[in-house]
Amino acid sequence: MIKEYKTIAEITGPLMVVRRVDGVTYDELVEIELPNDGGIRRGKVLEVNGDKAVVQLFEPSAGINLAQSKVRFLGHPLQLGVSGDMLGRVFSGMGDPIDGGPEILAEEYRDINGLAMNPAARNYPNEFIQTGISTIDGLNTLVRGQKLPIFSGSGLPHNQLAAQIARQAKVLDGESNFAVVFAAIGITFEESEYFVQEFRRTGAIDRTVLFINLANDPAVERISTPRMALTAAEYLAFEKNMHVLVILTDITNYAEALREVSAAKKEVPGRRGYPGYLYTDLATMYERAGRQLGKDGSITMIPILTMPEDDKTHPIPDLTGYITEGQIILSRELYRKNVLPPVDVLPSLSRLKDKGIGVGKTREDHAGTMNQLFAAYATGKENKELMSILGEAALTPTDLKFARFADEFEKRYVTQGQDDNRSITDTLDLGWELLSILPKTELKRIKPEFVDKYLPKEDKQ
Amino acid sequence: MGKIVKVSGPLVVATGMQDANMSDVVRVGEQRLIGEILNMTGDSASIQVYEETSGIGPGAEVVTTGTPLSVELGPGLLENIYDGIQRPLEGIMKVCGANIKRGVEVPALDREKKWDFVATAKVGDQVVGGDVIGTVQETSSTVHKIMVPIGMKGTISSITSGSFTVADVVATLTTEKGEKKDLTMMQKWPVRVGRPYKKKYPPHIPLSTGQRVIDTMFPVAKGGTAAVPGPFGAGKTVVQHAMAKWSDVDIVVYIGCGERGNEMTDVLREFPELIDPRTGETLMKRTVLIANTSDMPVAAREASVYTGITIGEYFRDMGYDVAVIADSTSRWAEALREMSGRLEEMPGEEGYPAYLASRLAQFYERAGMISCMGSDERQGSLTAIGAVSPPGGDLSEPVSQGTMRIVKVFWSLDSSLAYRRHFPAINWLNSHSLYIDSLKGWYDENLGPEYAKRRTWALATLQEEASLNEIVQLVGKDSLSADDQLTLEVARMVREDFLQQNAFVDIDSYSEYDRQNQMLGLIQDYETLCRAALKKHAKLYDLFEIDARVGIGRAKTVPADEYKSVYAKIHSDMEAQIAAIAEKGDED
Repeated sequence: MIKEYKTIAEITGPLMVVRRVDGVTYDELVEIELPNDGGIRRGKVLEVNGDKAVVQLFEPSAGINLAQSKVRFLGHPLQLGVSGDMLGRVFSGMGDPIDGGPEILAEEYRDINGLAMNPAARNYPNEFIQTGISTIDGLNTLVRGQKLPIFSGSGLPHNQLAAQIARQAKVLDGESNFAVVFAAIGITFEESEYFVQEFRRTGAIDRTVLFINLANDPAVERISTPRMALTAAEYLAFEKNMHVLVILTDITNYAEALREVSAAKKEVPGRRGYPGYLYTDLATMYERAGRQLGKDGSITMIPILTMPEDDKTHPIPDLTGYITEGQIILSRELYRKNVLPPVDVLPSLSRLKDKGIGVGKTREDHAGTMNQLFAAYATGKENKELMSILGEAALTPTDLKFARFADEFEKRYVTQGQDDNRSITDTLDLGWELLSILPKTELKRIKPEFVDKYLPKEDKQ
Repeated sequence: MGKIVKVSGPLVVATGMQDANMSDVVRVGEQRLIGEILNMTGDSASIQVYEETSGIGPGAEVVTTGTPLSVELGPGLLENIYDGIQRPLEGIMKVCGANIKRGVEVPALDREKKWDFVATAKVGDQVVGGDVIGTVQETSSTVHKIMVPIGMKGTISSITSGSFTVADVVATLTTEKGEKKDLTMMQKWPVRVGRPYKKKYPPHIPLSTGQRVIDTMFPVAKGGTAAVPGPFGAGKTVVQHAMAKWSDVDIVVYIGCGERGNEMTDVLREFPELIDPRTGETLMKRTVLIANTSDMPVAAREASVYTGITIGEYFRDMGYDVAVIADSTSRWAEALREMSGRLEEMPGEEGYPAYLASRLAQFYERAGMISCMGSDERQGSLTAIGAVSPPGGDLSEPVSQGTMRIVKVFWSLDSSLAYRRHFPAINWLNSHSLYIDSLKGWYDENLGPEYAKRRTWALATLQEEASLNEIVQLVGKDSLSADDQLTLEVARMVREDFLQQNAFVDIDSYSEYDRQNQMLGLIQDYETLCRAALKKHAKLYDLFEIDARVGIGRAKTVPADEYKSVYAKIHSDMEAQIAAIAEKGDED
């Protein structure tokens, strides 16, 4: 039996204390009924100490009356009703439909926190996804079941990049049962609308589930939004056998909401005021990506975060980088040079690339050319720096070739239009074309037989 | 039996716990969640619960088991994957599918499986704790020695060879007081207490890892301690995996502590297919995995390093060389911090508890080269290698600092090397190994006295490169003398042709000691020959472009069975080519 209490003792920020409770358990869902209009606010139990329960509200506290409001403890954690009919629908950050359509007839109710995936039950991600973007396919290959965040800064075109990935992503061999789950976490209406329009334009909207928490929605809701999205994604991937691409934007807003709640709880702050458990908290979301043994579906995750002051060592990108399997970093310098998408390839990384490339997946020469392009671009950039200090004369002819390579690489390999969908063969061939700028003896990282096979033959007039 | 009064995340407070002891394992609530007592005040106990406490509330029952957190030790450990409190993950998967549900009870060692026990002791033998009474061929590469539990002493009154489960009695012991004690193949040990040994020795044998930058430049000794700090993306995990794969030890315990699930899966799927170059068996047959990934409960993460090192000590006590690899100790420290915060302890630096450094020291101090308990003179070693993940790559934070004070080897990973795809991205200027002196005897005996000299030469060359580079930044390469330019070129060869090693290329992923010695020898001889040629006015750029250089550049890709002859050929080619250039130089 569900008991009702009218014993709210205190509300500060997102926290509420209820006294003289009985039988309340940790993490339970709480409903507060407003006295005026019967509206419902939700929260969860953070701590129970004797007959005192501390509740964290998911929704604004405005309108709650300490003496009149009724508090109900529901005996289960926050759940999301999931169903295959969620595709094509739009939900609020708390999982209620906001597109004017009917309620979802849930096939199942799931705890939005999910359960830890058993590492023994995971299947290692190794299926190449072609995104049509050279800097990703060629150098930082994305595979199914990977979590690969985009580290961006305010004002950089990360949304365009994410939309392009969502639009172009495909696996090389044939049909796939794919879906997109999109969670807007505290972003503006315009940004969210950009994605909705993109999905509509490409017809992907029917395969998409959207969870929208906009900048003017309550910050505390944001803590639930990505978990709602991931719960839906898990259902689609592991019950409905779909390949789900999850886009979470913007994780920085999420972490700030978490900090807000932590501060209200008067916890000992860690770096920059973020709670000490930020790593664990982020990990419980990111780790929900992956593949499982014996299941066809997969969850591939692209979280987007804006680095405060473009600082990669800020706790949010830092801790994210420790959990995710690589990162795509966008560079302001490249953006100013009009190199689009402005992917800064040197610090970008895909940890799972080695398992997703090579014979039978992409092409035999992929690994070697990838390493060679990285190394050559790094050397080329160094030489360019040296050139700007000492002048061209200080560089050997080989050094100058590397510098030219770096320029051409940015101009032709990194730069590509928003609708330019390059196949992996095009990307690899383009790489070889650029490598032909360098002396053949410098191609140390590629097996000699591949150099002979793939390096374009020089035209000697 | 106690009752819960407070629940706050993984911390539960219960009253009525007067029967419980400090550090006892308790069962919490109907789900019988596993917890451990951290503090006691009067009859109330603060308990850290190793599972998600959702749905637990005041009034629920708490039962103490009366024993501290312990692991089960016996046949069946190898090839297994456990969570932080030694629950078998494969077993859990069979019970509850792909996700880990709460309160699952699966014994750590399979109670059904029968092992062939071969008695090596006889009735009437006087035995003490640590003595081997029999063996079990646990995997095709490892013999599991069944030892008398520590603290027991007496005469064997019965012992039988045959097929038994770990719970079956294989022998009985009559103590001096005439009591009979049944011995099974399984024993228990509390994880927070180091297993005893007779004597500890200073380490003096190198742990061969097949990684050139480690073995030659910054070696770790068997029984030593090492740390790998580095920002994300610098290749910590690849280094740790390489260590787990190629270390010349008998047993590897790999602890994935608060790290990615896919990394553990990678080990789990890859190791059964990799062949150990020394035994010819797969690597999984000598490996125990402890996986407490970042999405699993935080309290069990704290326990996972102790679980791992206790299992390591158990194999060490059999007289084996064991490597315990923990990735990452920073996550473990964070788990400590989280529990400390919930206990409302006074925080030290960056919110970490004041006892962080002493806990780190206690962990690493469990490493060592020892002679084992028991009457024979077995020797075993336990090498502890920990990864550190400093926030923002900043080594001034407490976990890095606390670790650096204790460990003897420090492999500093550098993200700028990683960006250039120089792997392993171990920075040769910031890293150190304090075992060089104690290992010198072994090097001189096994590889000849020139080996240690070569190492010193290579490090000096790299150091000189760093100082020369500062000049180059100001005035350009051309203004350097030919000798200095040669130094730069040779340093580049050391970096690119020796230190860089690709863990994903089969031939290159492992280099034995002799091969490392010869590779470095080629580069050193190239320098010596070139310097001599320069004295004869040879042209520097001609020396750089000799064909033998291509051979040196590709030396790491020569198959293991051919390298000796190929290197000898490169060497003679090099001599001839440089001599030819030197002659020309004299003519000019």
